[in-house]
Amino acid sequence: MKALLKSCTAIALACSFSGQAVAQVKEIGAGEGQVNIIAWPGYIERGETDKNYDWVSDFEKASGCKVNVKTAATSDEMVALMNEGGFDLVTASGDASLRLVAGKRVQPINTELVKSWSTVDDRLKDAPWFTVDGQHYGVPYQWGPNVLMYNTNVFKEAPKSWNVVFEAMDLPDGKPNKGRVQAYDGPIHIADAANYLMAHKPDLGIKDPYELNEDQYKAALDLLRVQRTLAGRYWHDAMIQVDDFKNEGVVASGSWPFQVNLLKSEKQPIASTIPEEGATGWADTTMMHVEAANPNCAYMWLEHSLNPKLQGDLASWFGSNPAVPAACKGNALLTDEGCKTNGFEDFAKIKFWKTPVSKCASQNDQCVPYYRWVSDYIGVIGGR
Amino acid sequence: MSVQAVTGTSDVTAILPRRGGFAGSLSDLLWRRPGLLLFVMLAPPLLWLGVVYIGSLIALLAQSFFSIDEFSGLISRELTLKTYGDLFQPANLDIIIRTVTMAAMVTLASAVVAFPIAYYAARYARGKWKALFYLGVMLPLWSSYLVKVYAWKLILAKEGILTWLFAKLHLSWLLDSWLSLPVVGGNSLSVSFTGTFIVFVYVWLPFMILPIQAALERVPGNLVEASSDLGASPGQTFRNVLFPLALPGIVAGSIFTFSLTLGDYIIPQIIGTSRLFIGQAVYAQQGTAGNIPLAAAFTVVPIVIMGFYLWGAKRMGAFDAL
Repeated sequence: MKALLKSCTAIALACSFSGQAVAQVKEIGAGEGQVNIIAWPGYIERGETDKNYDWVSDFEKASGCKVNVKTAATSDEMVALMNEGGFDLVTASGDASLRLVAGKRVQPINTELVKSWSTVDDRLKDAPWFTVDGQHYGVPYQWGPNVLMYNTNVFKEAPKSWNVVFEAMDLPDGKPNKGRVQAYDGPIHIADAANYLMAHKPDLGIKDPYELNEDQYKAALDLLRVQRTLAGRYWHDAMIQVDDFKNEGVVASGSWPFQVNLLKSEKQPIASTIPEEGATGWADTTMMHVEAANPNCAYMWLEHSLNPKLQGDLASWFGSNPAVPAACKGNALLTDEGCKTNGFEDFAKIKFWKTPVSKCASQNDQCVPYYRWVSDYIGVIGGR
Repeated sequence: MSVQAVTGTSDVTAILPRRGGFAGSLSDLLWRRPGLLLFVMLAPPLLWLGVVYIGSLIALLAQSFFSIDEFSGLISRELTLKTYGDLFQPANLDIIIRTVTMAAMVTLASAVVAFPIAYYAARYARGKWKALFYLGVMLPLWSSYLVKVYAWKLILAKEGILTWLFAKLHLSWLLDSWLSLPVVGGNSLSVSFTGTFIVFVYVWLPFMILPIQAALERVPGNLVEASSDLGASPGQTFRNVLFPLALPGIVAGSIFTFSLTLGDYIIPQIIGTSRLFIGQAVYAQQGTAGNIPLAAAFTVVPIVIMGFYLWGAKRMGAFDAL
């Protein structure tokens, strides 16, 4: 057993060293004929669901690189697939990207080879969820806020604060909010509670909702315990939440623009807002595997992924925001209002998802790491 | 008389010359050593069972003796029982108790619902009615599990058909008072343990009906008649004759319903209060948290519980009714 473990460790070490040895690509050569991408569902469309949404076919024709997509439903699945290997690119969210960098599964990108790099939103160019020690480990793809979705029959005006989902109260229609609100069924939701406390209990000294020391963390959990008494169910699957707003009498919940747009398109009395406390959000980055077998095609895709037409179409399709501001204007599918609807101007109010680690700048490296977020959030939902 | 003498006197030899060639000598070898033949035949399936099946399971379980480093979140590969200590923290213990209680309730309810159906099918249904019975029991198994669960979500929803039905029957007070109970209640049926329970019973019921029916068909009808001839009331006949003889079937069915409920992680995710069950805890720990040791420790729980369960079931003769 011990010998087996030793050899496993040796292999693991060897792998990690070989990972380091890979240098940045210096120039783009001829395409290899294909590129393998791990992506969120709906992120790479070739017109099969709706022929208006196709940003793959033209790329394939122009570059000669066939695009093979493997969709993944969670960040963890993405990390697992990248660890397995065999892929060139991944559209990783902030709660996966740093794990991939730390695990040495992705390589730094030579931004000089991505011609459109200069068109990337300045607010994203050096974002900490993919920039480590000045190296860019990917190219921004899309981002979006976790908005507060509400029922307009109950809320005649948009709720001003997240308190409608965190504290027991009567909603504007005179009935209590108990059983009529929801929250996200993922440990990262603790950051939403911390974000709320940041505004309402400044004496806790929370600087960053993803960097919480023991006391701040405990306060956030206490707040979530109150929320447990209010929320009948936690949402996990976007379609289940949509159903709950239609059939379960749920009237307010943290959500994604995707669900809001879907419910609106079905003529439901739904709207969304970013309350005064600000909100958490996600930002996805296209990252390249250290052992990418098709680096040339991968670089071609990275360049293509910043195409304003693609960015605008995707933002319209997914309810997200483009990483390239130019995409906000003149896109037929997104329309000129689209970016504003999806929260493009609220960037400053958004605290983007990142993996909580114990080594944190704002609390003297005394932060509660992510694995405890997971077990404690399970406890809170279980009523502990 | 020697062999040479026999062969010498006859044209037909008793010992044929070797056919030669690889196939021939292989065939000779296998014939001479039946043990070898058995080994060659059994080795692939045993390897499959041993390496792929049991081996991977052991590799998984070995993980539970590792632990996660508190600070870095990395897995430390030193043998320790710390993870099992974590497993018995109150929050995790809640998950185990919740799951086992649910599995036990689902099993009991399935048995109660399945028995009359199986009894009818075994005793009274004949010909096309029997075919219809099999179709009725099996039909739900043909459609996708997910479709059924989502359908139930709509049926049980606050604005769903069941609530509507209760309102039409002027029984809303009954539903409301049930939902206002602690633990089993909730905002609506689909957001309560009652809902989870109903769907579990629905989904696993066929696995209970079929073994009970098999057991009941083996109970000789004259035993039941003899019992009533001797003056037993129907209740006494059921308690003293029918039930003990059908018990192996019930226990066999309960193995399915109990273990399937113990491991399921889809139903409680779609219908219920979001409080975790063991399957979901494993999923969350290995996926989201990257805490594979704890996930492995969680998988040990149903294995141990089922180990005891099967041991008890074997003593009750359940495996004769499978």
